Amino acid sequence: MPEFLAELLNQNEIFNATTVIHYWGGLVTTVQLVFLSLVIGLFLAVPLAILRTVRNPFVSGPVWLYTYIFRGTPLLIQLYIIYYGIGQIEGIQETFWWDIFRDPFYPALLAFTLNTAAYTTEIIRGALMATPQGEVEAAKAYGMSWALRMRRIVLPSAFRRAIQAYSNEVIFMLHASAIASVVTIVDLTGAARDIYSRFYAPFTAFVAVALVYMALTFLIVYGFRRLEQHLLKHQRPLNQ
Amino acid sequence: MLDFHGYGPELLRGAIVTTELAFASLALALAMGLLGASAKLSGSRAARGAATFYTTVIRGIPDLVMMMLFYYGGQVLMNQLSDYLYYNHGIDFFVQFDPFMAGVLTIGLIFGAYMTETFRGAFLAVPTGQIEAGRAYGMNRFQVFFRIMFPQMLRHALPGIGNNWQVLLKTTALVSVIGLSDMVRIAEQASKAEHAPFKFFIPVAVMYLSLTAITELAIKWLNRRANAGVVGGI
Repeated sequence: MPEFLAELLNQNEIFNATTVIHYWGGLVTTVQLVFLSLVIGLFLAVPLAILRTVRNPFVSGPVWLYTYIFRGTPLLIQLYIIYYGIGQIEGIQETFWWDIFRDPFYPALLAFTLNTAAYTTEIIRGALMATPQGEVEAAKAYGMSWALRMRRIVLPSAFRRAIQAYSNEVIFMLHASAIASVVTIVDLTGAARDIYSRFYAPFTAFVAVALVYMALTFLIVYGFRRLEQHLLKHQRPLNQ
Repeated sequence: MLDFHGYGPELLRGAIVTTELAFASLALALAMGLLGASAKLSGSRAARGAATFYTTVIRGIPDLVMMMLFYYGGQVLMNQLSDYLYYNHGIDFFVQFDPFMAGVLTIGLIFGAYMTETFRGAFLAVPTGQIEAGRAYGMNRFQVFFRIMFPQMLRHALPGIGNNWQVLLKTTALVSVIGLSDMVRIAEQASKAEHAPFKFFIPVAVMYLSLTAITELAIKWLNRRANAGVVGGI
């Protein structure tokens, strides 16, 4: 840390070098947790959404049940079940899985991933269902196979339609990740709780962290707006 | 089959606390939403600015952080207010800031921001001609609001209110973190004591699912009632 910054921070009672580093660590954990769960969740959601649109109820039924349960119950409950439940699985403490899941980061990552995958599945499904019939017919007329049609026509156009709802899901996930602090993870909220309990300064601790979350939220909103402008360029009026 | 190790009645009491919390928060959220929507649609620039600030800030902050800010910060503020009143005016006034109050305040304010958007859209969906017709009959502003705007707005707002309610219900689980003995907290304590997380958390999850399912039916019924006068397209 630069000399002058350290000096400036040392004059401040609460935001000294130690606490700022603590906050920084929390920010890194939050971003890691949210980013990883969103990426893995998206990769799970695309095939699940396709299965969800299949007519056969034995295929789409289980996916529906999965999304219904994960969207119908609080994320906190899902986190508790996974966090407390994994240690109860018989024999897990002798396997290598225990080394991974003993760290609260991974149960939280699993819970967040499953949760966001459920929401994203429904978002993509909605976009898939809204595919104009003409696009599919045109692809068929060109003699494209199901897989080629999916890859070239249906999925790209569905992603464009899904992006607005998905940006809301990303923000929702960022805010929901504050729950990680409940299972002893020191994310942004966890850092704020530590600093609150050390200095008994609720406003300073939580308002600072709220501002960081707000900045992250606006960054996401801005990023998605740029992405939308890029992806939906063909729909923009010509005079702009 | 179902053995709750004697925690059954307490879990049920927790479920009642959850329901009370959800309905109290809903009432505050609806009030804040109406207030916010009328501010956003009002002619005053200050009111519009305040409402926009409110909805923007709320959407940027995680619910848990806000809840902790209100719970821990609210108590500090209360203590200071109490000290100030006692030393300067000799008034002995003190309110213990409990998790239930902090929870209702937070959830009510957060969903008030979402309701603001819902109500704003619903008010805009009422045709201006109807409002003009009401004015032409000599109704004053309040009569126009309660006789024309409000009943028609409700029809457009109900689906949005329903969605917000489903999310609100799940958000109530967070209040267990600041110490309210709702069903989540009871389940957590019981599962720690008995080393049986599945046994306690799965019934709570089922409880949430059935609460959402029941209220979904109620919303459908309300929707049908609100749309009774609408002539269908087909």
